[in-house]
Amino acid sequence: MMISNLTKKRVHDYLLEGKRENRGLLDYREIEIETGISKNAEGSARVKVGNTQVVAGIKLDVTEPYTDHEDEGTLITTLELLPLSSPRFEAGPPKIEAIEMARIVDREIRESKFIDFKKLCIKKGEKVWGIFLDIFSINDDGNLLDAAGIAAVAALRDAKMPKYDEKEDRVKYGELTSKNMPLNKETPIILTFHKIGNKIFIDPGQEEEEASEGRISFGFLNGDINACQKGNDAPLELKELSEILDIADKKAKEMSEKIEKIIEKALKAREDKK
Amino acid sequence: MSEEREKVIPGEILETGEDWLPGEGTRREGKNIVASKFGLKEVQSRLVKIIPLSGVYIPRRGNLVIGVITDINFSGWNLDINAPYTSFLPLVECPRFFNKEDLAEYFDIGDMVVCKVKAVKRKGVDLSLKSIGLGKIDDGMIIYINSNKVPRVIGKEGSMIKIIKDATKCEIVVGQNGVVWIKGNKAEDEMLAKETILFITSKSFVSGLTDKVQEWLKEKLKEKK
Amino acid sequence: MQNKINMAYTKRFDGRKFDETREMKAEIGIIPNADGSAMFAFGDTVAIAAVYGPKIMHPQHAQDPKRGTLRVVYDMLSFSVPERKKPGPSRRSQEISKVTEWALSPVVNLDEFPNTVVDVQIMIFQANASTRCAGINAAALALAHAGVPMNDLVSSVSVGKIDETIVADVIKEEEDYEEGEGATDIATAFTSNSGKLTLLQLDGKISAKKLNEAVEKARDACKEIYELQKKTLKEAKE
Repeated sequence: MMISNLTKKRVHDYLLEGKRENRGLLDYREIEIETGISKNAEGSARVKVGNTQVVAGIKLDVTEPYTDHEDEGTLITTLELLPLSSPRFEAGPPKIEAIEMARIVDREIRESKFIDFKKLCIKKGEKVWGIFLDIFSINDDGNLLDAAGIAAVAALRDAKMPKYDEKEDRVKYGELTSKNMPLNKETPIILTFHKIGNKIFIDPGQEEEEASEGRISFGFLNGDINACQKGNDAPLELKELSEILDIADKKAKEMSEKIEKIIEKALKAREDKK
Repeated sequence: MSEEREKVIPGEILETGEDWLPGEGTRREGKNIVASKFGLKEVQSRLVKIIPLSGVYIPRRGNLVIGVITDINFSGWNLDINAPYTSFLPLVECPRFFNKEDLAEYFDIGDMVVCKVKAVKRKGVDLSLKSIGLGKIDDGMIIYINSNKVPRVIGKEGSMIKIIKDATKCEIVVGQNGVVWIKGNKAEDEMLAKETILFITSKSFVSGLTDKVQEWLKEKLKEKK
Repeated sequence: MQNKINMAYTKRFDGRKFDETREMKAEIGIIPNADGSAMFAFGDTVAIAAVYGPKIMHPQHAQDPKRGTLRVVYDMLSFSVPERKKPGPSRRSQEISKVTEWALSPVVNLDEFPNTVVDVQIMIFQANASTRCAGINAAALALAHAGVPMNDLVSSVSVGKIDETIVADVIKEEEDYEEGEGATDIATAFTSNSGKLTLLQLDGKISAKKLNEAVEKARDACKEIYELQKKTLKEAKE
């Protein structure tokens, strides 16, 4: 049903008062992570942030490197907002919302140097590993971007390199080595800050996201910002930016430690199951 | 009482015999009365029907509903009443003092209105404002619940909704279409009312729900102090 | 030799009996936003389905003034298969979408909802053959969960003729079998109670007589599937 002006106004009023159901303006909902959720993927993860749910999968292939990075593997990130996850998503090729999210996730993974691309080189100038990182929304209750960021990291952590038959020049899908994806041991994280009036809040639910006037996302790794994207129309005052950066610094440390722990738990649970 | 009702699935045989009458959500197939929907089987003397647990709101004459204005034309307003039917509120069904030329001055697109279902026709639903207590909603919050759970939220003769109103000091209107309006003096009161209603809809087929809700509210109010 | 008595495929790759399906799992209500949703799995083949509707259909010219329309979209997650599937509908998924719609529509009754559409979205999470069958089973559950008026459920299973042996619930290894007469893969769906055939597709090499036999085996396997679908709906907490 169409969101009414009344609901938008109410959510707006609550947030302006600094009030929220069962949490503060700078609190995330409960985060759940499960890895290894799709066996044909070289790595995969399912992430729930409150009722928002996304899945991410890694597929690897052997390909030619780019001419200006002859000794590095490649990464292609896609994100689809599936119609099954919300009545507001239509069938068809990704629209700007999905494209923007995919590009922000990609930028953070790349700029944070989370993946050691040089270790993905098989034969310089000829053969490298190409990573396909595909993210899909399963249920949209707001903040898909941050959830997608967590899912991407968890799927990459879950990933193991498949066997590659050099003579026949083909990847033996289904036969994984015990070699992990070469990754930095720190966890990159994407945090999106929203504003309503002069109030800053994070991890909005669906209605809060619709009431939000402006947003700005930061990708962090170990205290450094690797990516930033301001979105939606509301302009930002410099002192607001200052305030957000202050919060972001602290929040990024807190959240990346938290998420790292949950990912470790998920990976261990998967090992124990075997 | 509710726990004794059996969950049945489409195609399931509910009763056999010529004496039985097929009620809502069922049909007769030869000697059998068969379920046409997923829900709870209910028997009332010779009538067998299904109480749905899910499914879109089906408007019925006399229902109180809360809708959103989606369009305005020269003779009235189109509303979305959370049902797969076009719904129209004609100017003639509004109180006498509605005589302005610009209808948008009364209700504009995006406004929420409490109204009554006057008629349900194949081509759409006709709404009316000619009753006390109907009209535009100015303030407060709206939540959406499964319309099949509305009777539980209201309770027998309004008993359940009264408990919530008293405990949270909120004004609450529950539309039969699953749209609920809550207005309180404080955000916390409105949030508690919302939480309570959602609690009820997650547990509606449990017996002794009224007592459970009262206990739950007592706990919640204690927590706040 | 004139009479070939020995059948090459005497023991299934995963040790199952010929008429045995893989371990099946089902669950409803997995996607909170949807009006109805479900997951159905045959062993490693996992499908999820979400139903939205009935709701007013757009564009208006597509509306049917006599009754609502059932619209099915089937697709696979890119990483659900060993060799990555590029995101977006392929010809294969478009065809499967259509036959799935035909498999489900006989039991769905939208006479009371003219000008509306019921959208069924099926996504394969993990594939090891028989994906369209898992999809149909999940979709039937999701439609019932959504409270869509239905005359019956639909249950679906694949059967195969692997060389000369008829088996129920085909896995990829069996699909790829090349000895003897190779593999004939047959997808079926039946209305659960009245046992009418609503989906039949095959590729391979099979006699009319053997096809008849295979379809009857499929009907038997579907009875088991129906029991699981029934149990899943009845035992779900709201």
